[in-house]
Amino acid sequence: MWRRVWALILKELLAVLNDRKSRIVIVGVPLMQLLIFPYASTFEVTAIRMAVFNEDTGTASHDLIAAFASASSFQVTGHVASEEAVRETVEAGRADIILRIGESFSADLARGRMAPVQVIVDGRNSNTALITLNYVRSITRDFSLPPASVNLEMPPVERSLYNPNLLSLWFILPGLVGILVLVVTLSVTAFSVAREKEVGTFEQLLVTPLHKHEIAIGKTVPGLIVGFVESLVFIAVTVWFYGVPMAGSLALLLAGVVVFILSVVGVGLAISTLAQTQQQALFGGFFFIVPSVVLSGFATPIFNMPEWIQTLTYLNPLRYFIVISRGVFLKDLPADAVAAQIWPMAVIALATLLAAALLVRRRLY
Amino acid sequence: MNARRIAALVRKEFAQILRDPSSLAIAFIMPLVLLFLFGFAVTLDAKHVRIAIVVPNATAATDSLVGSFQDNAYFKPVVLRQRQPAETALRRGEILAYVALHEQFEARLLRPSQPPLQVVVDGSDANTGRLIFGYVEQVWSQWLELRALQGERPGSGGLSVESRVWFNPEVRSENFLVPGLMAVIMTLTGALLTSLLVAREYDRGTIETLFVSPATRGEILLGKILPTFLLGLGGLAISVAMAVTLFEVPLRGSLFIVFGAGALFLLATLGMGLLISTTTKNQFVAGQLAIMTTFLPAFLLSGFIFNIASMPEWVQALTYLVAARYLVEIFKTVFLVGDVWSIVLPNAAALALMAVGFLMLSRWRTRKRLE
Repeated sequence: MWRRVWALILKELLAVLNDRKSRIVIVGVPLMQLLIFPYASTFEVTAIRMAVFNEDTGTASHDLIAAFASASSFQVTGHVASEEAVRETVEAGRADIILRIGESFSADLARGRMAPVQVIVDGRNSNTALITLNYVRSITRDFSLPPASVNLEMPPVERSLYNPNLLSLWFILPGLVGILVLVVTLSVTAFSVAREKEVGTFEQLLVTPLHKHEIAIGKTVPGLIVGFVESLVFIAVTVWFYGVPMAGSLALLLAGVVVFILSVVGVGLAISTLAQTQQQALFGGFFFIVPSVVLSGFATPIFNMPEWIQTLTYLNPLRYFIVISRGVFLKDLPADAVAAQIWPMAVIALATLLAAALLVRRRLY
Repeated sequence: MNARRIAALVRKEFAQILRDPSSLAIAFIMPLVLLFLFGFAVTLDAKHVRIAIVVPNATAATDSLVGSFQDNAYFKPVVLRQRQPAETALRRGEILAYVALHEQFEARLLRPSQPPLQVVVDGSDANTGRLIFGYVEQVWSQWLELRALQGERPGSGGLSVESRVWFNPEVRSENFLVPGLMAVIMTLTGALLTSLLVAREYDRGTIETLFVSPATRGEILLGKILPTFLLGLGGLAISVAMAVTLFEVPLRGSLFIVFGAGALFLLATLGMGLLISTTTKNQFVAGQLAIMTTFLPAFLLSGFIFNIASMPEWVQALTYLVAARYLVEIFKTVFLVGDVWSIVLPNAAALALMAVGFLMLSRWRTRKRLE
């Protein structure tokens, strides 16, 4: 039996890897994504362009402008002199924020009164708008504290565990490894049966001496091999190229990888047996990948989603893997916490692999 | 160009698309799924964050501060006596941060120079971690102001900052995400569906039938483009309708610009999809390439979610190659601001240029012969 299965596995691997173009798609493109996307997917806001509308002639207003100019995330790009110019500048997107200082600013400050300042933020990007306002708040707070009262308003000491500088790259990469493994594995397996059906070779496979469960194994293992080897490469790039620490145990992470891949192979094969054409396989895979990524906690946390969507995410294998991946890379997640994430993936793997096997059988008769 | 031959080809393509339910699913159901996901599931700010507050010595002041945390929509706090369980919960991911008050919190409040409290966040979610720092600071300074008002501490003069967020005063993330999402949605029919059209004929061998017909390559490609172009515009119409009615995104500019820019963008992505299809001649490779070169960049490199200005220079340079970047810019402005020509025109010109370029390239790559 094993010789027959081995032959099938080899054939499957050759079908995927023997063609130069599909090798590029399966090996080259994910690597390229691993090298570009982490730099793109950041919620940090830097280089905020600020235009100043200063009606005050005193020195205090210059101090305030200087406070913004010296903050690392702001750059003062210009001055405007009328309300009309403010409107035009913001509408045309030439500045992200306008700082408007009224006539009596310096005088008010000097007399110990509240000195009004107006800030106008471009709300087209709601996320950068909120973060910009946070920055403004902390700069103006520091500015309004006279040196003597600093001690009274001692701000809280802030400390970040596991990622001391709150680097976006450290947060994105462990998740991205999961997404890339998902995409690669699902593409390979979703096409494996559908392609044979469309080209007509599936019937040939059925009349070989292979048993149905042997076909099932022969279709599962290649996805597992391709997914596992690529995940090793992704992990290596994450650690050595990006310098993300591996705080926990690699063995635990790899255990998570294997069960995760099995669950994805199960989903891929189920899609593949349902699909009649390669187009259906591609779109079926796509219909699975997009919600999985959005509902995985990769970019936005799950606890922020409405309750019923949170419940839905328990069906998503990527959700569990990202917890393992981030946990092992950054936090040295203990084994029992990893196990708590592994068993739901194992259940999904079992259910989908069984479903795929049953679906193939139904299609036979 | 012969109108009858084109009409026949268009009918053939339409029949082929309509026969496969997955085409309609990708053209009409996927947009709905995406709109729902981004309208309902994705919020970029954090609410009800699970945190712990470590209070070693409860006093009136600590009670009042804990109350401030509890009354806040940002946090869902639990109160602990010791640091150790908080550390463990943080490692296991049960909480995302803890706020540790000092044993002599009250004394330190009055005797300055030593911080009375410490915030520790789980940095493995860097984005939420940064938000939590901001929220804690906000709760803390509001609590201090409250005490000052109650006369426990003298207030002082300072800045009063009035902030306005233009075009999106309630800072709704739907207003930001939904217009950009339409660009992502149009890559589905524009590139993903189109990328399979020619490759499928090669996979199945029917390309030879097309080649021996009297249709020219321009006519063949036109026959391929027209149906997906119409499907794409249909998808856009559905998205616009949902955006305005269900998600209450304002449309302050003109519908004409929305569809004009949408049509230009569709032509550019269709051209790209066709180019992929005629170059790869293989559905598996074509489909994967279409996802990786059009859908994902539309998602990540277009400014739809992630702010282009915050990316490293070389990534910013790459975004100029992404057609979606130009459409996202136009849509955000036309929906939220209005018809600002200084933004619409240059971006539309870039789209037109890309459309012409890709369509010409794919016509050039299609040869009426077999290798």
